[in-house]
Amino acid sequence: MSTTATANPAAGRSTRSPGGRGPRRRALLGKNPIGLLLSAPYLVFVIVVFAYPLVFAVYMAFHDYFFAAPGAQVDRPFVGLANFQEVLSDPAVIRSFGNVGVFLLINVPLTVVLSLVLATALNKAVHGRTFLRVAYYVPYVTASVAVVGVWLFLFSGSGLVNQLLGPLAPDPSWLISPTWAMPTIALFVTWKQLGFYILLYLAALQSVSKELYEAASTDGAGAVRSFFSVTIPGVRPATVLVLLLSTVTGANLFTEPYLLTGGGGPNGASTSPVLLMYQKGIEQGHPGTASAIGIVLVIGVLIIAFLQRKFAGGDES
Amino acid sequence: MSRGQNILRGVVLTVGAVAFLFPFYYMIIGSLQASPDSTPGGAFPNPANLTLENYTDINSRINLMRGLLNSGIFTGGVIVGTLVFGVLVGYALAQLQWRGRGVTFALVLLVQVVPFQLLMIPLYVMIARDYGLADNYLGMILPFAINSTAVIIFRQYFLQVPRDLFDAARIDGAGELTVLTKIAIPLVRPAILTVVLLTFIGPWNEFLWPFLVTKEASMQPLAVALANYISNVAATAANPFGAVLAGACVLAAPAVLLFIVFQRHFVSTDIGSGVKG
Repeated sequence: MSTTATANPAAGRSTRSPGGRGPRRRALLGKNPIGLLLSAPYLVFVIVVFAYPLVFAVYMAFHDYFFAAPGAQVDRPFVGLANFQEVLSDPAVIRSFGNVGVFLLINVPLTVVLSLVLATALNKAVHGRTFLRVAYYVPYVTASVAVVGVWLFLFSGSGLVNQLLGPLAPDPSWLISPTWAMPTIALFVTWKQLGFYILLYLAALQSVSKELYEAASTDGAGAVRSFFSVTIPGVRPATVLVLLLSTVTGANLFTEPYLLTGGGGPNGASTSPVLLMYQKGIEQGHPGTASAIGIVLVIGVLIIAFLQRKFAGGDES
Repeated sequence: MSRGQNILRGVVLTVGAVAFLFPFYYMIIGSLQASPDSTPGGAFPNPANLTLENYTDINSRINLMRGLLNSGIFTGGVIVGTLVFGVLVGYALAQLQWRGRGVTFALVLLVQVVPFQLLMIPLYVMIARDYGLADNYLGMILPFAINSTAVIIFRQYFLQVPRDLFDAARIDGAGELTVLTKIAIPLVRPAILTVVLLTFIGPWNEFLWPFLVTKEASMQPLAVALANYISNVAATAANPFGAVLAGACVLAAPAVLLFIVFQRHFVSTDIGSGVKG
């Protein structure tokens, strides 16, 4: 990538740019060394807020790290895999990973199917496209904290949803039921994020060739058949992306269980790993344990992402 | 295309739109009810049960203006950082040749893969404890000040500009700084609007990070103040749902209005290229 420009040092240019920008310096820094200067603040930032914390997270996970007064010299011994051992044998942690599993099993397929169907319908719609676009994206641009308020109202014990369901309403109600708390959260996040995925699919649909649809219809395929035989294979790269992004979003779940179910209730039925990281790392002062949960979580997401790519990615990707 | 399919598509799209918009409608209705009415009839405005009391009620519990101001400063700081870094690095990556360009671009892509939740604990230890930036705007803004998606969007825009344009300016004697401010930045003005809009909803709606670093009510962005109200004190209010929904309306309004006004600029291709890299 970095051009050293030794073969033809564009002789005319060095005379126009004084300041000793000779061929040697050019070989060292490239033709426009100012590029490095312009990028330097960004690179410093990457080191400070990404690279260093990343290393720090791994360090904490392998040490008995605890909070101390700033500047105090304290011994934080290396404990090897003890934090991981503690985390993986903690039933609350196992449960939180199980909860995210339930969440992903509901949220990811629902997201893929609904966003693809709505994007396909929206793509062919003639009337009211602007209105429909706005309607679909509004939940995505609104703060979770704001819409959580409405869902609490809608799904409370005597809320509108239960009033409409009448005798079919679950008891205990949605958000305080061990069975329904997690599915309700999954439904909430699906609804909240769907607009973004519709947007991704709409972009992907523009690149599916019109001739394929025409060929399919010449061969006698109806709308349903061409949806399955042309649209779905045509948007496969977008599907891989939607799978990945919705999995990552699900694994990072925090705000919804914190607010919708009052911190992962009832009795841990809707705790997420990130919520536990907050509780253990910051509330209870065990950042080592919290970092270990974080690392396990990231490894889990990487494995799922790899499997999704392998099985849904197809030949081309 | 048969008539039946058109009707089916219309039904699907309408049901979808209602499902997406109803909670927002219900949020406004609920924020105006003197006493919460969760019967199906309560979904329609009832003149006898309408009031603005909830807005004054929530304002007496959490200072709405202060919250909006804090959200504004946090969001503004993040947008400024995103634009400055995005334009400079995007320009350097697309139009300049320098040693380390390849590595820098690889870093831009890599940074997007690192989940914030893994960095949350170390960043909290560093920023809130070591640097003493808890309850400080700088502490809120710092982790979000660089945005690699913005770098990629700007790089994409700059790649479309022919390099000759910049070379011509240099031949005319313009220094690198002049080339940047007089030629490069005016050229990417449309991208600046897109990036501002895309960046705005991130910090404005962000909850986890400001929640971790702000404990003082006077420093909390509105999302954090409202969340604390929901989780701690809602039970003590006369009409907790009304007050929560009134706060939710105030929090949601700026982002939703901005989106509706500029919805034309939320173009799928920009977001697509940003996400896909």
